[in-house]
Amino acid sequence: MSSNASATVVRTGAGSRFVIYTLLILFCLYYLLPLYVMVVNSLKPLSEIQAGGMMALPDEWTLAPWASAWSTAQIGVEATGLRPFFVNSIVMVVPAVAISTVLGALNGYVLTKWRFRGDTIIFGLLLFGCFIPFQMVLIPMARMLGIVGLAGTVPGLIFVHLVYGIGFSTLYFRNYYQQFPTELVRAAMIDGAGFFTIFRRIMLPSSGPIAVVCVIWQFTNIWNDFLFGASFSDFDSQPMTVALNNLVQSSTGVKEYNVHFAGAIMAALPTLLVYIVAGRYFVRGLMAGSVKG
Amino acid sequence: MSQGAQGRRGGNDWLREALPKIVLSPSLAMVLIFVYGFIIFTFYLSFTDSRILPSYELVGWENYSKLFRIRAWDTAVSNLVIFGGLYIVICCALGLALAILLDQKIRAEGFIRTIYLYPMALSFIVTGTAWKWFLDPGIGLQAVVRSWGWESFTFDWIKDGDMAIYTIVIAAVWQTSGFVMAMFLAGLRGIDNEVLKAAQIDGASNVALYRRIVIPQLRPAFMSAFVVLAHMAIKSYDLIIALTGGGPGTATELPATFMYSYTFTRNQMGIGAASATIMLMAIAAIMVPYIYSELREKK
Repeated sequence: MSSNASATVVRTGAGSRFVIYTLLILFCLYYLLPLYVMVVNSLKPLSEIQAGGMMALPDEWTLAPWASAWSTAQIGVEATGLRPFFVNSIVMVVPAVAISTVLGALNGYVLTKWRFRGDTIIFGLLLFGCFIPFQMVLIPMARMLGIVGLAGTVPGLIFVHLVYGIGFSTLYFRNYYQQFPTELVRAAMIDGAGFFTIFRRIMLPSSGPIAVVCVIWQFTNIWNDFLFGASFSDFDSQPMTVALNNLVQSSTGVKEYNVHFAGAIMAALPTLLVYIVAGRYFVRGLMAGSVKG
Repeated sequence: MSQGAQGRRGGNDWLREALPKIVLSPSLAMVLIFVYGFIIFTFYLSFTDSRILPSYELVGWENYSKLFRIRAWDTAVSNLVIFGGLYIVICCALGLALAILLDQKIRAEGFIRTIYLYPMALSFIVTGTAWKWFLDPGIGLQAVVRSWGWESFTFDWIKDGDMAIYTIVIAAVWQTSGFVMAMFLAGLRGIDNEVLKAAQIDGASNVALYRRIVIPQLRPAFMSAFVVLAHMAIKSYDLIIALTGGGPGTATELPATFMYSYTFTRNQMGIGAASATIMLMAIAAIMVPYIYSELREKK
């Protein structure tokens, strides 16, 4: 959403403005409700939830559910808490995001400034790869990871996210570099600057905004992934989303709703933080991923 | 340039020429193998008698004819139609309505937008967990309303085989409608205000302005929203796992969950591959024309 575009010129009377504001506020409550439920119930003892007090503020405030979710809760068969899986997700996300962004930048640069016959087809192939149902690659990928010894490991997951993340990162940089004046690149070529020099000196310095968009998009997508995590990790390498699901779905003992909510917030916190800090870029990424350009 | 450098020039030119392609080639190779190669592999498996492991024994269309006779697949497909249809229609209606409301020179527009859109940053597993317990009749909404004194209040869709699919719609709409709102808002901001002013002078009512002038101009936004939502609906997997696990019974099974359970827990890999192939066909039918038209316009 560009800030220079202005709101509508349609005029509304005082009565309808009251209705509009009421509706907008009601929808704010609707969107905030689940977050409220998660936060409030992660801070109260289980008994208060069981007594039908899910919407109420805690009578007794406690951080015990958070401590439990982080370090002692039962995940699958072991009482490890979510901490090791939070670490797994971090270890998985950082290299996958970094590498896919760098490759995306280089690809975008080639596809816009060093064009060759068939480059649009190649871009189309990369792009379609973003949208395939990943069910279509699960079986061979599981086989291949097994053969090369990466099945059930974090590096295996990094690899998978890298492969299926390249399409989007290429899309972002390509669309961005397309707006970049080709004359500048031409002039540098005539001055004898090489491929990488032009990239480093001319393209990179102005790539800040799109790099942020791309990093945020990849980070959110990879952090939030469940399908690949569930398919290609084993107990020790499962990412946060898979561990959270195991925590919530475990059928042994009493269901500790407050611990589940605390765990859910932990899984949500990194992406939520990114959204709050850099929401503008997050939205740009979303839009570029759908309304291309 | 000296004579010596001259000698290497031919090599340099070749390198200069080829370097961009060399840089692009690892990505291209990865995509060719791990996207298209794997698609072909799975497609091939869908014609084999693979069970727990891939087998290369061809059996023709058997997996497909079996697949269409499996009741759970039937359920999954009709669930996708119900879920996808409602999801797309409600998200578009709600997104458009919110975008129009937010477009009326609203104070704190940015703040409200932030609230509408934050669910998009969450994992479907988080969304599923939150809604799972909120909709759980034992402790969630139903229990809360009863504790407030309305003893007969009942809201147990999530436990009801006929209604559970609608709880998926509720949670999915909650997660995505803010994003659709943002798409429509961007569309609204692109509309030429001069036309609107002229129509206003001619005395057109606000409703007429939107129906006749504004909404018809949002066609591209509708297209994008449809493509994004349809493709998300077909791929929906995490949310079902977290919210209902496909249950009660198979009441909320979708093609994505069907494929996973047939391939990896029931060891019917051939049938799983066939179901994945059908999912791919459905997505391709939506995405290929869209990508094609986007890339053509850009030329």
